[in-house]
Amino acid sequence: MYRYDHFDQIIVNERVQQFRDQTRRFLAGELTDDEFRPLRLRNGLYIQRYAPMLRVAVPYGLLRSDQMRMLAYIARRYDRNYGHFSTRQNIQYNWPRLEDVPDILAHLASVQMHSIQTSGNCVRNITADHLAGVATDEIEDPRPYCEIMRQWSTFHPEFNWLPRKFKIGVSGALADRAAVQWHDIGLYLVRNDQGEVGFKVLVGGGMGRMPMVAVVIREFLEKKYLFSYLEAILRIYNLEGRRDNIHRARIKVLVKSLGAEKFREKVEAEWLRTRDRLILDEKEVERVKAFFTPPAYDRSAVDDKTLERHIAADPAFATWVKRNTRAHRVSGYRVAFVSLKPPGVAPGDITSEQLDAVADMADRYSFGQVRSTHDQNLLFADVHQAHLYALWNDLKRHNLATPNIGTLTDMICCPGLDFCSLANASSISIAKQINDRFTDLDYLYDLGEIQLKMSGCMNACGHHHAGHIGILGVDKDGVEFYQIQLGGSPGNDAAEGERIGPSLGKGEVATAIARILDVFVEQRDGDELFVDCVRRIGIEPFKARVYAGVESKKVRAYAHN
Amino acid sequence: MRIIDKQLQMVDDDWEIADEDADLSAHADVIVSAAHWQKERDALSTRAGRLGLKIGGDTPLEGIAPDLDRFALVALEFSKFSDGRCFSQARLLREKYGYGGELRAVGDVVRDTIDFMRRCGIDSFALRPDKDAEDALRAFKELSVRYQTAVDGAVPVYRQRR
Ligand code: SF4
Repeated sequence: MYRYDHFDQIIVNERVQQFRDQTRRFLAGELTDDEFRPLRLRNGLYIQRYAPMLRVAVPYGLLRSDQMRMLAYIARRYDRNYGHFSTRQNIQYNWPRLEDVPDILAHLASVQMHSIQTSGNCVRNITADHLAGVATDEIEDPRPYCEIMRQWSTFHPEFNWLPRKFKIGVSGALADRAAVQWHDIGLYLVRNDQGEVGFKVLVGGGMGRMPMVAVVIREFLEKKYLFSYLEAILRIYNLEGRRDNIHRARIKVLVKSLGAEKFREKVEAEWLRTRDRLILDEKEVERVKAFFTPPAYDRSAVDDKTLERHIAADPAFATWVKRNTRAHRVSGYRVAFVSLKPPGVAPGDITSEQLDAVADMADRYSFGQVRSTHDQNLLFADVHQAHLYALWNDLKRHNLATPNIGTLTDMICCPGLDFCSLANASSISIAKQINDRFTDLDYLYDLGEIQLKMSGCMNACGHHHAGHIGILGVDKDGVEFYQIQLGGSPGNDAAEGERIGPSLGKGEVATAIARILDVFVEQRDGDELFVDCVRRIGIEPFKARVYAGVESKKVRAYAHN
Repeated sequence: MRIIDKQLQMVDDDWEIADEDADLSAHADVIVSAAHWQKERDALSTRAGRLGLKIGGDTPLEGIAPDLDRFALVALEFSKFSDGRCFSQARLLREKYGYGGELRAVGDVVRDTIDFMRRCGIDSFALRPDKDAEDALRAFKELSVRYQTAVDGAVPVYRQRR
């Protein structure tokens, strides 16, 4: 994992001082609300419904155990004993005091962390495949490039005041686990016919009011041109993106209005002008790559016989291994998920005790590292199979072993009305409703992989457009309603889900999902995945069942939602 | 106009931003809008005083590029401090069009944006009048290390690491 050198440390330290002074000027009345807002946002600090919210960057989801302990310490000392992992692999605190934030940032800097550009109209935290470096289907590890781009985008003088936020996602594997096509810029590491590895560049993806899947604008980009190409895209966007309407300001709107081909022409022209002046420095790539070499694996791990014995002896453990662990590139090792979706807990929430416990487990079982995933769980990337049983026992003690990874209840859920000042409706209470309804894990296992994603408003922080089942909270004269859409996907087959009909009342969501699942069970072809079934039979059968018995008058009344 | 100049000193200089219908005294150093320039280029060209051009984030640079050598100064107008288009305009003027004259930030120019403006090739700053100049000058000392190269000639960190 990357470690700061002298220069990186100076940069975060100076940022703490800079923000301390900005906060002081604000509190002294030298900066107005309007002037301070974009400055604090560039440090991840929001003023939310009840309190400030601080979003801390977890670059491409990687954390060391000492950093986890610091996150726990901050939760204990400055917050209410918990944090919340977001869909950008970051962690958020819901209750810090504005006056304390400079001190919190100083604590973060002491463990090589920061909250730089976790909000605001600038390049945000770059996300990546959570299995990077251990996936069995990987072409090249994307993390060195993510780190290089993190540095390039940090305080980039030209692109700090873009029309709107800007998200970059990267995958180096065949299977897209990073929702790459839903990003403003999506990058896939690919191999060309000559066997060289470079980037496939996509642009214009994004959720929110106008969901769009990104389009490919370059099939193959030599690595040395990474910066020049990114800068060309950002420059065109910075100059031509709309600034008159916040809902039309993302790059996707520009790509759509120009047309992908015209946009591509502009980018390529700008890139041809600049590409030889801004070559990615090979030595720097090598330097950064050296931080991501594999840890010292035990080559005899595969000879272990204890895992098999524990699986045979303990069915609950066997279930957990099956559901919450994944194959590792090195035989004898597994990837183990830490489920942050136990029943009764807001998805992605984690207490300071759990943060500390995870840090200890990371030290004990996974080379001192842990990762956050974009679907709001954590994982240990490198667990010796002989340690899985002990790990499971530790996880269980801390309520982190719910064997539901990949199932319906492993849902993405934004903070919604409980915290967020933009929300139209509660999402955490709907998550609870779904958890209360679907308690039979065997039923959930039979259903296979289903990605349920839920947002409390059109901003789509809960990725509802990309859910196999997507739920969107809407507000109708002060009353919460919910729209359901089906057939979306975050992966290689990225697509926006299709809305099944009028929005439903708050008490009806879990029932509607039960009906949708009934249709799936009846219509399913063998082991077919839910999303494939939806795509095969269309949404009509689901729609008919969900609205069966709902009076037509009521349907009409909601129809304009 | 009171500005922060290239040497990061607060100074008064003689540039004035001229209204389109104002009577221009022949010897004054005036900054005119692009529209003004297009309309009265002949009259403006024969004046004795120096000429500056004011553009905004939405001014297409191709249109003014052929005339750039007529201007001793180009003023980039930031309509709002959060409108970042002129950062790119500045870089393009320097790096694409090779403009070597003075680039001046005018409009909503505040402490928290001027350091990055400087990195993009802007070399003088007409601060918003209500802002304290001594305070603003601190902006240039906040960050001492740069991750990326820009127009300012900063040696990016990745080259210092070798
Ligand atoms: S989707 Fe809406 S309600 Fe949910 S966190 Fe984002 S802005 Fe807030």
